[in-house]
Amino acid sequence: MTRLRDALVGLRVVMAVAVALGLGSLLILVTGADPVKAYAALVHEALFDYWGLSNTIVKTSPILLASLAVMVPLRAGVYNIGGEGQIYMGGLFGTLASLHLPALPSMIAIPSALLCAMLGGALWAGIAGLLKAWRGINEVIVTLLMNYIAIHVVSFAVSGPMIASGAPYPYSDEIPEQYRLPLLMPQTDAHIGIIFGLVAAGMIAFIFARTATGLSLDIVGKSPRAARYAGLNVKAHIVASMASGGMLAGLAGGIEVLGLKYRLFHLFSPGYGFDGVVAAFIANANPAFAPLSALFLGALKSGASVMQRAAGVEGTVVDAIVGLVVILVAGSLAWKGDLLGGLIEGFRLKPTSADQVNPTERQS
Amino acid sequence: MSFLPDISLIAVLLASGVRLATPIGFAALGGVLAERSGVYNVGLEGMMLWGAFGAAAGTYLTGSPVAGLVAGVLLGAVAGLLLALLCVGLAVNQLVAGIAINLLCAGLTAFLARALFGLAGGGTAVSGFASLPVPYLSGLPLIGTALFNQDPLVYMLPVLVAVVTICLYRTQAGLRLRAAGESPRAADSAGVNVTAVRYVSLALSGAFAAAGGCHLVLCQVYIFSEGMSAGKGFIALAAIILGRWHPVGAVVAALFFGLCDALQLQLQFSNPLVPYQIFLILPFAASLVALVWFNKGARQPAATGMVFDREAR
Repeated sequence: MTRLRDALVGLRVVMAVAVALGLGSLLILVTGADPVKAYAALVHEALFDYWGLSNTIVKTSPILLASLAVMVPLRAGVYNIGGEGQIYMGGLFGTLASLHLPALPSMIAIPSALLCAMLGGALWAGIAGLLKAWRGINEVIVTLLMNYIAIHVVSFAVSGPMIASGAPYPYSDEIPEQYRLPLLMPQTDAHIGIIFGLVAAGMIAFIFARTATGLSLDIVGKSPRAARYAGLNVKAHIVASMASGGMLAGLAGGIEVLGLKYRLFHLFSPGYGFDGVVAAFIANANPAFAPLSALFLGALKSGASVMQRAAGVEGTVVDAIVGLVVILVAGSLAWKGDLLGGLIEGFRLKPTSADQVNPTERQS
Repeated sequence: MSFLPDISLIAVLLASGVRLATPIGFAALGGVLAERSGVYNVGLEGMMLWGAFGAAAGTYLTGSPVAGLVAGVLLGAVAGLLLALLCVGLAVNQLVAGIAINLLCAGLTAFLARALFGLAGGGTAVSGFASLPVPYLSGLPLIGTALFNQDPLVYMLPVLVAVVTICLYRTQAGLRLRAAGESPRAADSAGVNVTAVRYVSLALSGAFAAAGGCHLVLCQVYIFSEGMSAGKGFIALAAIILGRWHPVGAVVAALFFGLCDALQLQLQFSNPLVPYQIFLILPFAASLVALVWFNKGARQPAATGMVFDREAR
């Protein structure tokens, strides 16, 4: 019986998504379109069409990395809402490296440019981590504010010092051939970035579950006081986890330039950092589920483009659905099977206090 | 250009600073209420956007900006109640719930605005509030335009700040609200319904933040556009901390950010050679620096961020 309850609790996200899609079909109905037709078009375009699928993959890979960028600091109890800004910094550093490093063979060129991108993201996120650890400043506000700063920094870079000569729109020079990522699906935009995301998800799932680093992050996140008793350096963990998160988001930004755009553009990320937060929510901060939740969001976004043509409904309905998914998943977090457990086992589980926000907030 | 900027330029700067600070001020005031009652309202940004949409939709449908204001504020209160349902009723992590509210509001307004105004074609302008000069006072040098020749919502903000301050510090309801944020268990023992207090203050918080959004639409640009709150709700979060969780302090901090914003616009026009992005960064950087600088000694209400569960020990 306990197993049944656990299974239902595990499925609550699936139920929340189903309810959100149901509410979304109501929204589509209200606009006078046919929801079945709209969803069918969305699914077909996103998953069963060669070019549509490539588009889905292109959108899934940054979302996947951005969701991991949320999960790693969250394991240490720190909220990284700055993925978007870190993506921009990664893109900036990756582009700078690609444009200024010598003409190396691809095997060396690509990893070094991506490492620079990761460095950019890590430095940007590291600032928030340092402010959190040593000054106790709320990292949510800091990362949110730093998103805007990073976006404007990139906008400045590509419209001033880095602008391509004769460019009609703020963008940088094209990066050289040998810095471009190989394609995954011929004749499409789908590059090998998704593999980086999948490997990272696997590695992080392994680190969380099987290594001492994972355990100490977990202790820092669940109880900073216990972590200090255990001799762990809480502040260092906070900064390191934040910087690692930034590294992952920075990688997403670097891949976006090296794999897809081949230039740095003003506003090159359409909010992938925030999609990453959503994907981390849906995956319940579990890196093993991240590929699935990122694919879900990537498919929604890639399929949205055809809904207008196929079913006469604005693609922005997808944004509304994502919002509903998030709110319902957030609501479903409250349900830990207590009620059902009570019915089945005849006693009510005590609510846990593990949900306490930001345990590090009051450490000083 | 002389070394000292002339008075009229400063007067213009002050006037636009006050106008730009008003949305942030409303949101920060709402945030103070929420955090004083023990709940982080990270959803201010979304509630602002939601209020802006409500104002545009209400005005568009009825033709009256007053109806728009009412609609916007009511929608904001609903968003506040939704946040309360999530993080007070269901005990979901407050930061998670607030971020969820932001994402919901961004998604819903993007969809609804296209459905209602056809934003693809540039959107639909709505009517708004004109400025109401106060006789005699509006002619004062330097501060006349800034303080006494503004729209009605600008005048409403200091009134609300006064009301909120008096209510918070001089009434029993205010004492209960603060008690819910400082020591919910003690408040509960004294017979205060902490849950109800937090629901009410979050509804008010949402309404205030939405009023800030209404100001954006009805007094600044007269049109709704996707994501038009553009981080002002997040700056308001910084204003709350700078203002030491006090209504007056938060609104003064908001004024500071508004002036930064005004300066940014002014410099963008007067110094086209300097890259304009530097000035766009200015309000955000100022928030950040101010957070680091003034963080010492700031203390948030003791129970903010905590889930209150009557049955837990």
